[in-house]
Amino acid sequence: MGLSYRGRARALLEEAGAEDYDLLEMRTGSRKLSGILMPRPEILDDEHVVIKLDNGYNMGVAVAKISGVRVLRKGGAAPERRPPAPSAPRGGLPKVSILATGGTIASRVEYSTGAVRPTESPEELLDLIPEMGEAADVSYKSIMAVFSEDISPEDWVEIARAAASELNSGASGVVVAHGTDTMHYTAAALSFLLQNLTKPVILVGAQRSIDRPSTDAVLNLSSAVRMAAYGPAAEVMIVMHGSTSDDFAFAIRGVKARKMHTSRRDAFLPVNEPPIAVISSGGDIEITGRIRRRRGSGKVDVDPRIEPRVALIYAWPSITGDYLRAVSSSGYEGVVIAGTGLGHVPNRIISEIGELVDSGIPVVISSQCLFGRVNLRVYSTGRRLLAAGAIPAGDMLPEVATVKLMVGLGRGYRGDELREFMTSNIAGEISESIPPNSFPPCYRPGAI
Amino acid sequence: MVDVPRVRVGLEIHQRLATHKLFCNCPSELREDEPDYWARRRLRVSYSELGSIDPAARFESLRNRTFTYGAYSDATCEVELDESPPLPMNLEALEIALEVSLMLGMDPVDEVHTMRKIVIDGSNTTGFQRTALVAMGGEVKTSSGTVRLKTLCLEEESAYIISTAPEGATYRLDRLGIPLIELATEADITSPSQARETALTLGRVLRATGKVQRGIGTIRQDLNVSIEGGARQEIKGVQELALIPKIVEREAVRQATLLELRDRIRETVGEVRVSEPRDVTSALLGSKSRLIRRALSNGERIFGVRVDGLAGFLGVEIQPGRRFGTELSGYAKVFGGVGGIIHSDELPGYGISEDEVRALREALGADRSDAFILVLAEEAAASTALEAVSERLIQAGLGVPEETRRALPDGNTEFMRPLPGPARMYPETDVFPVKTGPLIERILRKGLPEMPDATIDRLQREYGLTREHAEMLLDEGRVGLFERVAAASGNLSPRYVAAILTSEMRALKREGVDVEGIGEESLSEIVSLVDSGILPKEGVRDALTEVAERGPAALEDLRRRKPPSESEIRDIVRKLIRDNAELVSRRGERAFSPLMGEAMRILRGRAPGSLVSGILKEELRRALRGTPRG
Repeated sequence: MGLSYRGRARALLEEAGAEDYDLLEMRTGSRKLSGILMPRPEILDDEHVVIKLDNGYNMGVAVAKISGVRVLRKGGAAPERRPPAPSAPRGGLPKVSILATGGTIASRVEYSTGAVRPTESPEELLDLIPEMGEAADVSYKSIMAVFSEDISPEDWVEIARAAASELNSGASGVVVAHGTDTMHYTAAALSFLLQNLTKPVILVGAQRSIDRPSTDAVLNLSSAVRMAAYGPAAEVMIVMHGSTSDDFAFAIRGVKARKMHTSRRDAFLPVNEPPIAVISSGGDIEITGRIRRRRGSGKVDVDPRIEPRVALIYAWPSITGDYLRAVSSSGYEGVVIAGTGLGHVPNRIISEIGELVDSGIPVVISSQCLFGRVNLRVYSTGRRLLAAGAIPAGDMLPEVATVKLMVGLGRGYRGDELREFMTSNIAGEISESIPPNSFPPCYRPGAI
Repeated sequence: MVDVPRVRVGLEIHQRLATHKLFCNCPSELREDEPDYWARRRLRVSYSELGSIDPAARFESLRNRTFTYGAYSDATCEVELDESPPLPMNLEALEIALEVSLMLGMDPVDEVHTMRKIVIDGSNTTGFQRTALVAMGGEVKTSSGTVRLKTLCLEEESAYIISTAPEGATYRLDRLGIPLIELATEADITSPSQARETALTLGRVLRATGKVQRGIGTIRQDLNVSIEGGARQEIKGVQELALIPKIVEREAVRQATLLELRDRIRETVGEVRVSEPRDVTSALLGSKSRLIRRALSNGERIFGVRVDGLAGFLGVEIQPGRRFGTELSGYAKVFGGVGGIIHSDELPGYGISEDEVRALREALGADRSDAFILVLAEEAAASTALEAVSERLIQAGLGVPEETRRALPDGNTEFMRPLPGPARMYPETDVFPVKTGPLIERILRKGLPEMPDATIDRLQREYGLTREHAEMLLDEGRVGLFERVAAASGNLSPRYVAAILTSEMRALKREGVDVEGIGEESLSEIVSLVDSGILPKEGVRDALTEVAERGPAALEDLRRRKPPSESEIRDIVRKLIRDNAELVSRRGERAFSPLMGEAMRILRGRAPGSLVSGILKEELRRALRGTPRG
């Protein structure tokens, strides 16, 4: 066991031969304190030593006040967790593969940083959420352990391959446990990368880590496993809380989902369409949207071609043409602009957009409104953008348009071919029609 | 039952602070109205820091409960709903906690670390209570010795419980997150009365900061009570100081009786043996007992266990009016969610006949020396309930189990849950630690508030108040008001001002006047009306009553009301004498007293009594001169 302290605190503790989790006795003035030495998060200063008293409380003791440290008992190894109970496979249940990639859903408190960190033993989830094992013959694989903010297009391909492999080896569905921050990017990517999808692929996450009693992972994971095992949709979906209550989860089409709140359980909303399904806490599945149905057989493939060098930028009132030029000179092969309103940018940068297009860097226009379609024919600014060669994203979310442009460029599409790809519906990302019940009022009298 | 044995008592005082919530900016105000929104949640047990699942936490999670939370759109936020991480700790609350620590001579920690204390009865939406150790050490003097202080913690108040049932509970979120000081003493208290005195003294120190909430429920005491050979019991939720001695006494008796019971059990059977639960429904199928018939018609069945050789033990009284069987019943209720138990020491009873008791004994293989226990419920609930009862019975042969108990209004206590283990704390990683140094410097620069004893002495010395009035001003938080008002009232003695603020208010309260509703401003206004001669002293009580009933608006009328002139008073008095001519002629000057009372009633205290009595005397004499005595 090492010592997580630095600076002055480290010097003091090292001299006493102390390591994290040792039982120490410290003298401060006339007072004698004993407690277990707790690791100190790196972000905090080196002026304090943190001990856990036998009443369970942690407290920080100022290094300047400590006149002596003595190790009473060595702590030994880091706290061990209970070994997970081996899950006995149930006969006759559909097989569901859970692929863990990291994120809050597979995270716990790590004491060396004091922060939430990916866990190395995702089996703990099965022990905590027996509902999963009751619903399906669940297998578990940890394919990576990264926070979703660190997930890259290369990782999308790896996840897609792992999912396809599970589906092709008899799984009824795949559940990908994923951090929530960029879950909607990964969901969009899987929607385009997976070819001939015959079964459900579900991304699931948690806004409250599993070491908290109020974790949302219980409802999210059990609903995801249900949907993977029994849901009729051969779609890439995100399954997360449908409200602040633990009553039901939404299954949202991967190309129509967006994280719309930093911390709420029901942060993910479907944009421009209702959710695909509502899954009750009891496990009932009600289909509420258009779906491609499960198909009996056929191999699921992965088209791994993807061009990561696509920029997603915002249009804002003081944006300049120089900014756009900087983007192209940074080596990006394509640009998605989240424009204002119907898909506008300040008129003064339209000439630079034209230059980008002429130099072979496609520019796709989506809207930072998120809800609704872009329409470049209503106002003159839009018409100028069309004339400059910009590609309208329809009602695609900016993030989805970005992923799709990566895929299009990765497949080698350019010019009209790329325009055709971007404006055609491939995986449900462009709506034929936007129903009136697809916009969320934030104020709903009598409900949260 | 036994004599009251020697006790050791530790005290835990919880005091709400008068500042916004601890980890968000919502107000610390309680609501009475219906919440605007409801959310339903479940809690799942989590892994503890040191790797073992906490037994108390696990026990709650065994029950698959749904918790419903009522939120207010104008007074609660995403933090209470556990939809947003906590904001940084409320430093004003921490400053109050540090101030109390310093007043009590405690040793503040250098850096305050917020912890998560696992509580999954649903009273916190997160499933844990945020709590931080602020100070340790220190002591408090009582008339029967020094009591050492253990810890002062700053923590979140729990949600307000509206209702609870085995399948779930309903809470309001207005109370969740209000800052709370938890002040714990060592178990140095050795008598019931010392427990009360310690609670009073510590409560006064808390109130001396002037920054704590007042009123019902804003301060409550938990008691840790044990006797030699017994076990620590945490008794929760004592709101009345006056009840403390009785609770301590009765808990000591309970433990002593349980120890006696243990010895008798050992003598009788050695160790407690309880049979496996058995379905004994058939023994009572034809029963005329309403209880049994209702259970059966609800589809419930009857399950029983035999307790070898302990006939007569379940009916032993362990607290006045509370039998050992009631303790067992508490376990069955809490763990199994059943309505309670029926035990052999209360049978025949509940309409269960002698013959049926025989049939039950036969079904359970119990002879006359054995006891048995029945539970009416569905099988799963019954077996959980009986398992808990069996475990409690086995403990009875070993001694007193450590428990968390709830204080009852009569001074008894009932089982709430097992005493939680120590491994319930995780670091709250969402809240950064806070250094106390800068805050302590600030407090010391401003100076600590006066200690309650010093205040009581000073009020007597400087203002000539009685000790009783000085204590009342202190306990009712009116010292500041008193000093302001006394200084502003040049014509009134401080003693008189103190009497209005204390004994006058208490007298009205006893009469059922809602004196809590009289604000400080109104009180000070009434005194100033007296001081300026607009309101005679005799009118104070009526004025207070009116303000209590109608609010500060009543003061407007008082201010506008001019005192009646001397000639107006004389007219009233003359009319009074005329109307009571018979009384006057019969009693002569002795008619003064009844007439004076009547005159003051008519004037409703608008005129000073001395003036009225002078006029009445004159007019009475004048009337008597003109009227021959009959």
